[in-house]
Amino acid sequence: MEKAAKRYMGLSRHRIFSTLLLIVLLLDSNLIYGNTEKAVEGFSIDSYWWLFLIFGFFLFSIGYMVKKTQKDQVFAKEKELWKKMEISFSSEIEKLKETIDATHLQLIQQEKLASLGQLTAGIAHEIKNPLNFVNNFSELSIEYVDEINEAVEKLEQNETTEDIKSLLGDVKVNLTKILQHGSRADGIVRSMLMHSRGGKGIKEPTDLNELIKEYVNLAFHGMRASKNPINVDIKVQLEEELPKVLLNPEDFSRVILNLCKNAFDAMRDKTELLGKDYLPKLSVSTKNLQDGVMLVVEDNGPGVPEEIRDKLLMPFFTTKKGTEGTGLGLSITHDIIKDHEGVLEIDSQVGEYTRFIILIPKIH
Amino acid sequence: MKILIVDDERDVEMLFRQKFRKETRSENLELVFAFSGVEALEILGESDPPSVVYVFSDINMPGMTGLELLDKIKERFPQINVSMISAYGDSENFNKAIKSGAKEFFTKPIDFESLKEEIRNLMKT
Repeated sequence: MEKAAKRYMGLSRHRIFSTLLLIVLLLDSNLIYGNTEKAVEGFSIDSYWWLFLIFGFFLFSIGYMVKKTQKDQVFAKEKELWKKMEISFSSEIEKLKETIDATHLQLIQQEKLASLGQLTAGIAHEIKNPLNFVNNFSELSIEYVDEINEAVEKLEQNETTEDIKSLLGDVKVNLTKILQHGSRADGIVRSMLMHSRGGKGIKEPTDLNELIKEYVNLAFHGMRASKNPINVDIKVQLEEELPKVLLNPEDFSRVILNLCKNAFDAMRDKTELLGKDYLPKLSVSTKNLQDGVMLVVEDNGPGVPEEIRDKLLMPFFTTKKGTEGTGLGLSITHDIIKDHEGVLEIDSQVGEYTRFIILIPKIH
Repeated sequence: MKILIVDDERDVEMLFRQKFRKETRSENLELVFAFSGVEALEILGESDPPSVVYVFSDINMPGMTGLELLDKIKERFPQINVSMISAYGDSENFNKAIKSGAKEFFTKPIDFESLKEEIRNLMKT
């Protein structure tokens, strides 16, 4: 600004000087060539008073003009400045409008999800009852097969009894399969209900490994059933002798779901960039440490740049476009971990990996 | 000893009869079933004093809910034990049931071992 003003002032001074010089020259030429007679007669100031008047007038008008152009220039500058500000304001407003629109869409999405949640709860209950019957009756039938087997043993053994026993063996295996898969479905329904009911659980000694197995699986199937599924190599490495930790399974399962979902989303972005050469990998592991239990969720996605790593846990901070993310996932995750007196650490190398490390204290 | 089981799902009868087959044969246990709260109250009112000593009721039933039935039974037949069996194992239902005088609260899927244990304890006394 200052530099520009100086340059401008210098230029105008230069102009004023040249104009003045021109006037003087004109006057002089008038004296020399126009009225030679008068000039010869003698040069007196009295007879040329009007010349000074004109000169003075010129000087004044030039001064005025210079001042005016200066003023105009300043005005123009201000105007430009205002225009710039206006543009930046309007772009700011545009940006705000975009965020409001995005938030609006997110809210609608959330509302849809909430009603879907209620619907799921209803459906889950409806499924649970018949499923209980499937499980109960298959369990009963297993007991009956055992009883029949015992009765057959009491008979005289021949080829027919051998046939019966072998068939009963097969029936028992089948019934065990029905019970096993029925219980599996029951587990899924139960976790669906747990989530739709919404944060009322209590902290209890929980087998973290079991929780991880169940919810990593659920997160994976949730992703596979989504609009943009990706192929992921999942490695779950759980320490066998892991002591039970004090967890609110309802809340903590959300931590596992959120971290897995984030990993899937990040790796999806990378697959879109790199294509088939890249194989997404998710690894979830637990470790029994001296004073706590460690849970590590690691993906080989695009990584988190250093400058946004601090912001990751802030509510509403998201790197996802449009309505894809609420920016609440990691913030909620962090809150839940804090609630469990745990620590969440983020380690990452851009282009290589992102590692979420959670430490939960042991029960004393 | 007579036990009444209340549930709107009819297959519950078959399930319980099979599960308690040995107990009903060898021990002095009789199972009665009702498929609604109203039917349960009818069965209880058949004899005075009622022959039923223990009621196991589902909570989520059309018409009269298990919790309403619990209140009515406790009002009319305070000597009868009532336990709830529910798929909704949340603290709200649990607290309501216990406050209204339910003896135990079982969640579905029913753990028949603990149910048998409960009945065995009752038969001893």
